[in-house]
Amino acid sequence: MSLQTSSKLEKVLAAGHLAVTSECGPPRGCDGSVIEAKANLIKDCVDAINVTDNQTSVVRLCSLAACIRIKQMGLEPVLQMVTRDRNRIAMQSDILGAASFGINTMLCLTGDHQRFGDHPNSANVFDLDSTQLLQTVRKMRDEGKLLSDFEMKDPPRMFVGAAANPFADPFEIRVPRLAKKVAAGAQFIQTQCIYNMKKFKEWMKLVRDRGLHEKVAILAGITPIKSVGMAKYMKNRVAGLDVPDEIIKRIGGVPKENQAEEGIKLAVEQIRELKEEEGIRGFHIMAIEWEEKVPEIVERAGLHPRPKTSD
Amino acid sequence: MRLQYPTSVQIVKVPCTGRVDIIHMLKAFEEGADGVFVAGCMEGDCHYLAGNIRARQRVKRVKEILDKVGIGSGRVEMFNLSAGMGGRWAEIAREMTERITQLGPSPIRIAREKGQSSAGEKAA
Amino acid sequence: MIKAIGKPLEEIVEMIGDSKKVLIAGCGGCVTVCEAGGDKEVKVLASSLRLYYANAGEEKELNEATVTRQCDVEYLNELSEIVDKCDVVVSLACGAGAQYMAERYNDKPVFPGVDTCFIGVNLERGVYSERCQACGKCILASTGGICPVARCSKRMLNGPCGGSEGGKCEVDKDIDCGWHLIYERLKTLGQLDRFEIPVDPKDWSTSRDGGPRKIVREDIKI
Repeated sequence: MSLQTSSKLEKVLAAGHLAVTSECGPPRGCDGSVIEAKANLIKDCVDAINVTDNQTSVVRLCSLAACIRIKQMGLEPVLQMVTRDRNRIAMQSDILGAASFGINTMLCLTGDHQRFGDHPNSANVFDLDSTQLLQTVRKMRDEGKLLSDFEMKDPPRMFVGAAANPFADPFEIRVPRLAKKVAAGAQFIQTQCIYNMKKFKEWMKLVRDRGLHEKVAILAGITPIKSVGMAKYMKNRVAGLDVPDEIIKRIGGVPKENQAEEGIKLAVEQIRELKEEEGIRGFHIMAIEWEEKVPEIVERAGLHPRPKTSD
Repeated sequence: MRLQYPTSVQIVKVPCTGRVDIIHMLKAFEEGADGVFVAGCMEGDCHYLAGNIRARQRVKRVKEILDKVGIGSGRVEMFNLSAGMGGRWAEIAREMTERITQLGPSPIRIAREKGQSSAGEKAA
Repeated sequence: MIKAIGKPLEEIVEMIGDSKKVLIAGCGGCVTVCEAGGDKEVKVLASSLRLYYANAGEEKELNEATVTRQCDVEYLNELSEIVDKCDVVVSLACGAGAQYMAERYNDKPVFPGVDTCFIGVNLERGVYSERCQACGKCILASTGGICPVARCSKRMLNGPCGGSEGGKCEVDKDIDCGWHLIYERLKTLGQLDRFEIPVDPKDWSTSRDGGPRKIVREDIKI
């Protein structure tokens, strides 16, 4: 299979390995060393490191700058880009900027509405949505053209992915939406974090029925639960998350000081279970402000060490 | 029943309190009324189905306006009673008169009597 | 139609300031339908202001006038005599009418008495809902008659996003997810095949983004 980019993630997937990615949330200030510290915590147990883009509309050090820093550390960043804050001019421009530093992997997202963040009074952009951004990245890579049809001398070559949420409503739309993103150019998918295993497997079956698992590499989203409070918060206060009551019961059923360990146990179990699921090509571990646990999870799930790839 | 009720109560008869609009109540205060109350039928018994419900909503709105303009929402009120409740009518009239007496004359009346013309003429 | 809502009394009082002669000017168009700036609302506002100023001990003259609409000069002209006599005008028309009033009577301060909100429909008396963003290039034919620009909080053309829950938008439980509605409508119409084709980026130049817009109908102009 010929590679389209220099992306390590692409190489790992092309070689048939299960890929592992994780994420790094930038700080709410300009101290770049925070990013370095987080990246160093997880560098040996992942193939690529996502950097979130003003996640939940909260202003943070921008993904692009953080990705450049990670790249200069000799690691592989995944540039997450939301369409909420930038128009097509700025996004294409940022993609060129990222590529100029050798960044070769990106995730296209629409983005949470600014109502959730600390600047709810701001205007939003949404010039494009995530599907249209995928089309844009593909056009830049495969045709060497901007959306305006301008031919670039040095077009960026991005391995491009998108997010999928098997747990949002309506359920019957979720696979057609995935099909649309694949049609628009998505090469890999990172799903929303999974707790409702039954529903996730239902989704995977529908995905397989349409042959989509052969067209796009699906990485299952895993988020370890720190405490029963966190589980309840995610269940009640975060749109698009499905946290079944048995999970709450399981975590809440152990004493407070053991809940974190129970959460890690659960995450490892989930990974082991999904390793057997046809169509799952890897895992995206989102341990928000708990990055130090990622190496342990990857280790216990039997995904360590990470495969070496040629440069 | 020939019960007594205060002579300071001036009655404006309407076929249904649904006929009473916000502007009517405000005009009364503009003209110097110290208080206004709207007496409608028991809820659920309105011959026109929801006239008294609309009246209640409008009284609520007038209360908001009266608070905003500094006159006070206590000067307007909505009451519900049936045509046969003569005793209740007298009671309401006394109750409202008592309340208004406590509140004192409307500041608008005081201003008018001072000769300050604040009401403009309606034009075009 | 255009939906608006009356500004709070205190804001209008602040705008009037020390001016002595005020015209409250209503409009018989959209703002009458949404009960924000028609003749009834003019009367109530003028009366409320009279009570306010009487209570505050301030002398003001509050005049009232309502015209058929304020977005046509021929109706604005009807007000010339009374505007002449006043110091300021509080227009209860929508933003367009209020501005046209200001243009016509450019030597008088014209203040907006309502907040103009959106183009929408009447769900029931007193409940109005946004339907159109005036993007200048209507795509309703491809979305089952439901507009994603106006009814999706993120104006996605390839929605819904991952925050759609129970048919409601992640922004507010009272907001229907526009794309959920579009999906159900396309299902009813048997047009679900539209759903899987990526929709290209929109040309926003016909929208506000392209600058203030103008229509010139050569076929109508005299």
